[in-house]
Amino acid sequence: MEFLVASAIGVMTAAGIYMVLRARTFPVVIGLSLLTYATNLFLFATGRLAIGRPPVISADAAGYIDPLPQALVLTAIVISFGMTAVVVVMALRAYLETGNDHVDLPGDASPEATEDDWKLRGRKPAPAPGGRGGRA
Amino acid sequence: MNHLLILPILLPAVVGALLVLAARHDSVLARSFAVASTVLMLGIAVALLVLASDGQVRSYALGAWPAPFGIVLALDRLSALMLVLTAVLGLGVLLYAIGGWDQRGKHFHPLFQFELMGINGAFLTGDFFNLFVFFEILLIASYGLMVHGGGGLRVKAGVQYVVTNLVGSSVFLIAVGMIYSVTGTLNMADLARIVPQVAAADQALLQTGAVLLLLVFAVKAALVPLHFWLPGTYANAPGPVAALFAIMTKVGAYSIIRLYVLAFGADAGAAAWLAAPWLLPAGLVTLVLGMTGVLAARSLGQMASFAVIGSMGMLLATVAVFTPQATSAALYYLIHSTLAAGALFLVADLVAERRGAQRDRFAAAPRIAQGGLVGGLFFVAAIAMTGMPPLSGFIGKLLVLDGVRASAHASWFWALILSTSLIAIVGFSRAGSFVFWKAHALPAAPAPGYRPDGALSFVAVGGLLACLVLLTAFAGPVHAWLELVAAQLYAPAGYIDAVLGTAQGVR
Repeated sequence: MEFLVASAIGVMTAAGIYMVLRARTFPVVIGLSLLTYATNLFLFATGRLAIGRPPVISADAAGYIDPLPQALVLTAIVISFGMTAVVVVMALRAYLETGNDHVDLPGDASPEATEDDWKLRGRKPAPAPGGRGGRA
Repeated sequence: MNHLLILPILLPAVVGALLVLAARHDSVLARSFAVASTVLMLGIAVALLVLASDGQVRSYALGAWPAPFGIVLALDRLSALMLVLTAVLGLGVLLYAIGGWDQRGKHFHPLFQFELMGINGAFLTGDFFNLFVFFEILLIASYGLMVHGGGGLRVKAGVQYVVTNLVGSSVFLIAVGMIYSVTGTLNMADLARIVPQVAAADQALLQTGAVLLLLVFAVKAALVPLHFWLPGTYANAPGPVAALFAIMTKVGAYSIIRLYVLAFGADAGAAAWLAAPWLLPAGLVTLVLGMTGVLAARSLGQMASFAVIGSMGMLLATVAVFTPQATSAALYYLIHSTLAAGALFLVADLVAERRGAQRDRFAAAPRIAQGGLVGGLFFVAAIAMTGMPPLSGFIGKLLVLDGVRASAHASWFWALILSTSLIAIVGFSRAGSFVFWKAHALPAAPAPGYRPDGALSFVAVGGLLACLVLLTAFAGPVHAWLELVAAQLYAPAGYIDAVLGTAQGVR
């Protein structure tokens, strides 16, 4: 069981990091979700892995499992769920405002992103070229 | 238990919710509520500062569950100081935002209150899982504030900011899990009690967890090589929001000072002074890189961002010496750099608002309206930020140079601080002459789209700069008080007894 859980955490973390480093927002969001799954599983495992042990005190229990990591995981799940919603909304908004889903800012190292952005800037009425944040 | 302790968290939470529910469509009501709440918060923070000045650490067990089982808040001199600093900066920024920024998008005021709630909570909590929770509260509010007013570039910069911080949060949780798996506690005072007794076999896990946690705080504090998110975020954020973010980097610095002096300090056995060998070189490199960035920046906002990075480098390198003298100097510099950076971002926004399409970039643009006044404010803020006499930046640097004299790396500090100060001065003079003087060579034309804003913006910037003048004038008493703060920090027994002992009393 230890080997299975540990390798699951490792594989999910590796896949998550790879996806986060991609250049477009959708894979990045998926990568973030994978990272948070791996984190949640890791937190769960910090309470040690055991089967069939009660987390609350009872008279006929042979041993106990630490309930606190499970409470932490619940908190972490709620927070990461909310955060994923936020990042999806922001990514969608960025896509709608600039017309592409590149993570890079125009003018950063990615020539592709820059070209797309300027092209769309020219077509769209919204901000002036290079306008640093608009007066909305 | 003193219920005053929880008010800095409760007040903005209640007011923020009220603003969302009741004052959504009424800007006058929203503004008055927000200002009233922030002024009240300043009052509470000052009351807590007076309370904490007697040197006693106070703890507040939520729901009267005894520590380390329940959640505690702890107030010592350092937390009280940070609360006052947050409230002062928050009030200045809020007044500036009321000059017009708050109407450019929705829900500015509720988000602002929630942001203050998260920051105050991070300064008060005595438990490092709740530190994570309050980090998330302040971050989720900051995501909203960061994209306030919209615009493609700003939202894109916002996505980068969110992604960076979400990865940071995951690492935070992993670090918390590692430390918990070894010590079985999440309470910082309890952690400080247990760390010296950790078995040699578990040291590797404990120290890995602690260094991972340092990494997370370094992301927040913009320490090289984890500083990359800051210039894009701050330079693209709305002016007042960038000014408020000046305190957010200090949340990272505060967490480092708190945790690595308390739990991984002199008494920590094998894990003693764990942070020092990482923090010191990283801080010095950050200082050099930030101040070099000042020279290379292409807009006022970018320049201010790099100045923030540089000042964080100096602050954290000084903290990494881990002596009471150095820490008290670092704290003086922390107060100064927060207020100076806040004022500088606001001045950059004043300029950007007046230059039409050129915004705050270093490009030719005609003279701006009220150029003399704005230029004067920039001059004062630049003097403060670069650390030239007569303002508090100079005194701060002097204290730092004096405070690190006993350190083995003192020569590095002296050489790097003095040379980077020169670089910063060159960078700021170049920026000032470009934006304010070269404009005179062009024919005067009112910048298109300029909308004269009220006196309130100038009051806000002037107020922050006046705080710097006060900090300079009362440098002696302030530094004497900060020495008491450092003394309290380096005697962690008081903190541990107060947090774990008070709980016994309650029971």
